[in-house]
Amino acid sequence: MRPLSFLDRDRTVAGPGFNRWMVPPAALCVHLCIGQAYAFSVFNLPMTRLIGVTNSAHGDWKLTDLGWIFTLAIFFLGVSAAVFGRWVEEGGPRRAMFAAALCFGGGFLISAAGVYAHQIWVIYLGYGVLGGIGLGVGYISPVSTLIKWFPDRPGMATGMAIMGFGGGALIASPLSVWLMARFSTPTHVGVAESFIVLGVVYFIFMMVGAAIVRVPAPGWRPQGWSPPAQQPKLVTRANVYVYRALRTPQFWLIWWVLCLNVTAGIGVLGQASAMSQEMFPGRVSAVAAAGFVGLMSLFNMAGRFLWASASDAIGRKNTYFCFFLFGTVLYALVPNTGRVGSVGLFVLFFVIIISMYGGGFSTLPAYLGDMFGTRYVGAIHGLLLTAWSAAGVFGPVLVNYIRAYEIAHGVPKADAYNVTMYLMAALLVVGFFCNLFVRPVHERHHMPAVEGEATLLAQ
Amino acid sequence: MSSQRPSGTRTLQLILAWSFVGIPLLWGVLQTLRNAVKLFH
Repeated sequence: MRPLSFLDRDRTVAGPGFNRWMVPPAALCVHLCIGQAYAFSVFNLPMTRLIGVTNSAHGDWKLTDLGWIFTLAIFFLGVSAAVFGRWVEEGGPRRAMFAAALCFGGGFLISAAGVYAHQIWVIYLGYGVLGGIGLGVGYISPVSTLIKWFPDRPGMATGMAIMGFGGGALIASPLSVWLMARFSTPTHVGVAESFIVLGVVYFIFMMVGAAIVRVPAPGWRPQGWSPPAQQPKLVTRANVYVYRALRTPQFWLIWWVLCLNVTAGIGVLGQASAMSQEMFPGRVSAVAAAGFVGLMSLFNMAGRFLWASASDAIGRKNTYFCFFLFGTVLYALVPNTGRVGSVGLFVLFFVIIISMYGGGFSTLPAYLGDMFGTRYVGAIHGLLLTAWSAAGVFGPVLVNYIRAYEIAHGVPKADAYNVTMYLMAALLVVGFFCNLFVRPVHERHHMPAVEGEATLLAQ
Repeated sequence: MSSQRPSGTRTLQLILAWSFVGIPLLWGVLQTLRNAVKLFH
């Protein structure tokens, strides 16, 4: 017997009586860990004073150098999700979760070595490249498994897992601060030790997920449930092969739907603290702004579950219509909150916007499952996450550069975000039309029925 | 094939599995809420 045969897909097929509600916690074990990526910035300032300890000294790393760690990680998330999607899909969730745990936990350990040796390129390789691959493989690993276990509520099931990605940062941020406080001494910052602890803890946590995850047996369906006789127009029972999906207009329309929705959200997410203080000078303190960022994180997480669950009732396309319609109106109204000086409305608008940003991520797998079938949905989802990588560049660049341009041309800081808000609203209008043009995938792209059945039986 | 008829053991497994992910998540949410409250002070 091969030493790692316990990772094989056929060793993860659920036996009779297995309760499908064991699968979402397995997925959450992975997503709660990899969601740490959003909280990586808590290490940035401490890592600028590894030599000086209390203040940056000569030879200490600069924030601009450290910013590349997160950028690399998100870039490799998108790339690895695209490249390894088919491998994840065909090898099953346990092998993918195991690989993700090795990469993500190992990335932390290598980064700890980089901190000890004070070699930033080791951290780029460790957390940025290896950790980023762990992020990508881990992110898509439970997606198709959840959709197959919950054919009656695929949006809710994947929303639950992807909510974990939002929730991971809520855990990692205070945990990392606490760890650094424990390991720091008057002559030492404590980042390397924190990395080691996090690497080991995350590896174990993700391995628990890998141990408990199961795939349904061929032909399994929830008790008392059968596929509706009349499928909604946009929901297919056929399957589209992963690379064939790239040749459909639907793939690229949904790519833009995700890219534009994320661009609109990610830019303001990164600037929320500064924006709230500059739009309401003297009224929103730095402490209150930090509270605002925390509130946005909560709505980001909650939106992932609530919007994806709602999509099971109202349909995926209609859910994205909600994001684009409400998002456009709210972004267009944000400058008015500054003019009338209403912090409450400003906060209300942004928490709704951020809930829809999160919802855009979590509704996506079910949307793809509807369009392309469940056979390769995880792999297709992986390919589509390149839109996230692209938006990760567009969003912050748009917000930062437009703000800098406005201020350089004499616009008061309080009004410097107005153009950005109108631009975000315009992007969402474009997204609305991309979503509008999504039609069912043409039959010529479907896998032959025999092949589809054979692959389904082999799952 | 049954999917939602857990035996006693499986109920315990379910509770353990959900607690394993739910407790850290709840802790993170509470920590974040504590910070978020400062916005309204």
